[in-house]
Amino acid sequence: MTDNSTEETLVKVHGVDKVFKRGSEVIHVLGGLDLEIPKGEFLALMGPSGSGKSTLLNLIGGLDRPSEGRVEVGGQRIDKLSNRKLAGWRARHVGLVFQFYNLMPVLSAQKNVELPLLLTRLSGTERKKRAAIALDIVGLSHRTGHFPRQLSGGEQQRTGIARAIVTDPTLLLCDEPTGDLDRQSGDEILDLLQALNREQGKTIIMVTHDNHAAARATRTLYLNKGRLSSGQVD
Amino acid sequence: MKYFYLIFSSLKRKKIRTGLTVLSIVVAFVLFGYLTAIRQAFDAGVEVAGADRLIVRHKVSIIQLLPEAYETRIEQIEGVDNAVHSTWFGGIYQEPKNFFSQIPMEPEELFDMYPEYILSDEHKAAWLETRSGVIAGRGLVERFGWKLGDRIPINATIWIKKDGGRTWEFDLVGIYDGAEKGTDTSQFFFRYDFFDETRAGGTGQVGWYTVRVTDPDKAAEVAAAIDAGFANSAAETKAEPEGAFVQGFANQIGNIGFIIMSIMSAVFFTILLVAGNTMAYTVRERTNELAVLKAIGFTDRGVLGLVLGESFALTFVGGSIGLGLAWLLVSTGDPTGGSFPVFYLPTRDLFFGFLLIAVMAVVAGLIPALQAQKLQIADALRR
Repeated sequence: MTDNSTEETLVKVHGVDKVFKRGSEVIHVLGGLDLEIPKGEFLALMGPSGSGKSTLLNLIGGLDRPSEGRVEVGGQRIDKLSNRKLAGWRARHVGLVFQFYNLMPVLSAQKNVELPLLLTRLSGTERKKRAAIALDIVGLSHRTGHFPRQLSGGEQQRTGIARAIVTDPTLLLCDEPTGDLDRQSGDEILDLLQALNREQGKTIIMVTHDNHAAARATRTLYLNKGRLSSGQVD
Repeated sequence: MKYFYLIFSSLKRKKIRTGLTVLSIVVAFVLFGYLTAIRQAFDAGVEVAGADRLIVRHKVSIIQLLPEAYETRIEQIEGVDNAVHSTWFGGIYQEPKNFFSQIPMEPEELFDMYPEYILSDEHKAAWLETRSGVIAGRGLVERFGWKLGDRIPINATIWIKKDGGRTWEFDLVGIYDGAEKGTDTSQFFFRYDFFDETRAGGTGQVGWYTVRVTDPDKAAEVAAAIDAGFANSAAETKAEPEGAFVQGFANQIGNIGFIIMSIMSAVFFTILLVAGNTMAYTVRERTNELAVLKAIGFTDRGVLGLVLGESFALTFVGGSIGLGLAWLLVSTGDPTGGSFPVFYLPTRDLFFGFLLIAVMAVVAGLIPALQAQKLQIADALRR
């Protein structure tokens, strides 16, 4: 899928295969996949369960490595980076939003958002300040001292988004960010993602099963049996 | 420093489990501190024993006496600097549980032979002037609340007086202090001339000799020469280094060091399993969270460090409290009421305790930390 080649390309996935081995069983999740994502795009990835959406997201986010092919983000080939360099790259360039929020239950919202900043050289005061700004952006400046168990699902996801954007990453990767939320909370999260895309120019890749959520994206791609298409395949 | 909050917050997750684990570590280190003090009490005499001093006793047994006249002969042997005799009095003060040793000595030579006993010139002069005078160690004086000028009655179990009486009365004329922390300040020294003139039997007989050699490197040769000098006599001798003599005394009870080490090894092995189990559970329960940390940019080594940090925090908190409690308990003094005149937790063993904390932290946390390090993000996030 290379229909955006005239714009500045942020993500290039070329000839990517991904194979998992479970005992003697070999599972081909992605096969010869090509994809280009321009900077500033809000891309929705849809497809049935097991189609490889999350796997593709993991490859683009440097959470996993392809069995074959290459993954470039911002002109840098990330599939060849060492584990240590890849971790550093993720800390600088990628913000992750998970379906089940994945917040640290023992940390307050403020401390959860500060987590990625621990990897920087920022002072404690500066970390606090930036976390407060991120929480303010997601509309949670009044809940900074609350722990995840004291927050609603929507608020937890907002905290997750604040954590994802606190380092001002190039790329936001969202794995079913509304999958665990009711419609109203889900809409609020989608509003927020849309605002981050439109107002702050964040490039967002969102995996979703929900057509309603995908409608918020600027482009939707469908993944089925490891292959991409721009139209839904039954 | 910035990761401390993260480490301590993680430990607060399961408060009861963390609390019980810390408590078990506290108990282990209290035992460590207390047993170390007991071992120290047994070893104290050996440690402060002079490298340049020999003990010469009867070849058959310490309870067999030697002639007082041996002193001059011993001092004439090449390599001997000075010889002082001592005798076990074995009396009872008020009741048998108030045990402490009483030794008749020659006042002029006692402080030359034992420079670790510090006595003021004033007290020394008073002792030389008073035939029934006694000098006692600071620890002993404090134990019984004595003060200078007190008359102290001792009921003899071995040495009956010429008048048939068993009660010997001594006047406290001096109090000595120890030059070092481990110096025994529970001794009760009285004058040999008074002892020898007052006792009904055994006149001119002494218990053993302490001999100072001119060259500690030749102590073994001097000991052999002393034994050879009295070979085939009515009272043959056995000369040995002071440390070996004291150790022999301690070993009559058993190999205390080995017994204590065995107990401590069993305790620490058990606690290691407890702490290791806690750490293993801690990591297993948080697989997803550790994967998230890696996903947001923590390196494999960073995660390894966090888990080891938790292990260290757990053992450091428990171990420090344990060592602190042990120190407090030991500071309350000899638990036997007199059998351990030297009872304290040495600084070097305190440092060893902290080293043990670090070792325990690494051993308990290493395997879970390595598992966390190897965690594959994509796999772990799916769990």
